[in-house]
Amino acid sequence: MVRIEFNRLRFLVIDDNAHMRRMLRTLLHGFGAREVHEAEDGAAGLEAFTHHTPDIVITDWAMPIFDGLELTQMIRQPGANSNPYVAIIMLTGHSEKKRVVSARDAGVTEFLAKPISAKGLYQRIVNVVANPRPFIKTKTYFGPDRRRNVNPNYVGTERRKGGKADIIKQAPLFEKVRSQG
Amino acid sequence: MAPPKKNSAAVATYGDHEVIQPENKLRKVVSVKPLPPGEDPVARAEKALADLSTEFSSWMDSECERLDQARRSIAAGGFTAASKDALFHAAHDIKGEAATFGFPLVALAADSLCRLIEHTPDVTRIPVKLVDQHVDAVRAIHREYSRSDAKELAATLTKRLRAVTDEFLMHENRGRPDVLAQIKGPSIVPE
Repeated sequence: MVRIEFNRLRFLVIDDNAHMRRMLRTLLHGFGAREVHEAEDGAAGLEAFTHHTPDIVITDWAMPIFDGLELTQMIRQPGANSNPYVAIIMLTGHSEKKRVVSARDAGVTEFLAKPISAKGLYQRIVNVVANPRPFIKTKTYFGPDRRRNVNPNYVGTERRKGGKADIIKQAPLFEKVRSQG
Repeated sequence: MAPPKKNSAAVATYGDHEVIQPENKLRKVVSVKPLPPGEDPVARAEKALADLSTEFSSWMDSECERLDQARRSIAAGGFTAASKDALFHAAHDIKGEAATFGFPLVALAADSLCRLIEHTPDVTRIPVKLVDQHVDAVRAIHREYSRSDAKELAATLTKRLRAVTDEFLMHENRGRPDVLAQIKGPSIVPE
């Protein structure tokens, strides 16, 4: 089992609902996190992101001023801020296919549907820390690789064929740590 | 303000896209050392949440009050962009929080109200009575939660609300097959 030193991670929780922020803070502290910053809307969230430079952003979707989707798109601007690669976990009551695809295409790293649970949140955090995906940049997209696995039934042009694809393939982080240790 | 940090990244360029391997700054926090005996971060977080749960009932009260206020605003001034958003957000928050607060049966009625608002192309056509029925159902299910037959009552109420809402949505979206498919479609998000 991968062990995460939560006390060395900096979190930013963005949610307009004070109850949900309190629950998330409680869960994160329960995991062992010490540094948890909060913001109550998208605009304040973007400001807090710039100010605190978090390792992981946990954001709600539906918020005033601008929502979690717009916030994600603002963060995923290469060159516009200090860390466009930051892990973003979208936390939302929306779970319809169209919504999930929209979140993915905005550059969200992980999606967690409400109601939240300690186990669900923990798994998402472990995933973004231990199994980071490479980033893809096209004319219309910048964000984590949307290919999570190889589809054996895929029919069409392979756009990442050749040795380069092997070079960028990333081993799980804990494998690297194990080999170093 | 913390100084901006530079990202170093390995980039592989293809015909129409780049694959970027950012520097992994989170490597430092991962360890393969086993957790000490009895150490379980998830169990610890669950316990912390359980300790907080004494406040959940009053939190649910305030969320229901917020929903009621949004409903009153619509009853007084009709649907506007602001009043619609207020009603939707209040219902949406209850949908997302009720189960965690220990009132999962309340979430179903709130979900039906969310669907009603979200999938109606012209919200001014939503009968105020249907909004009232949803809000009353949310509040009643919460209020009567300790009854022995609460589960059956909530199921009956929610099923009826959902059926009426679906009938309304099917009619309002009759010329929009993509929306109809979305309304009928199941969630694809794993638990």
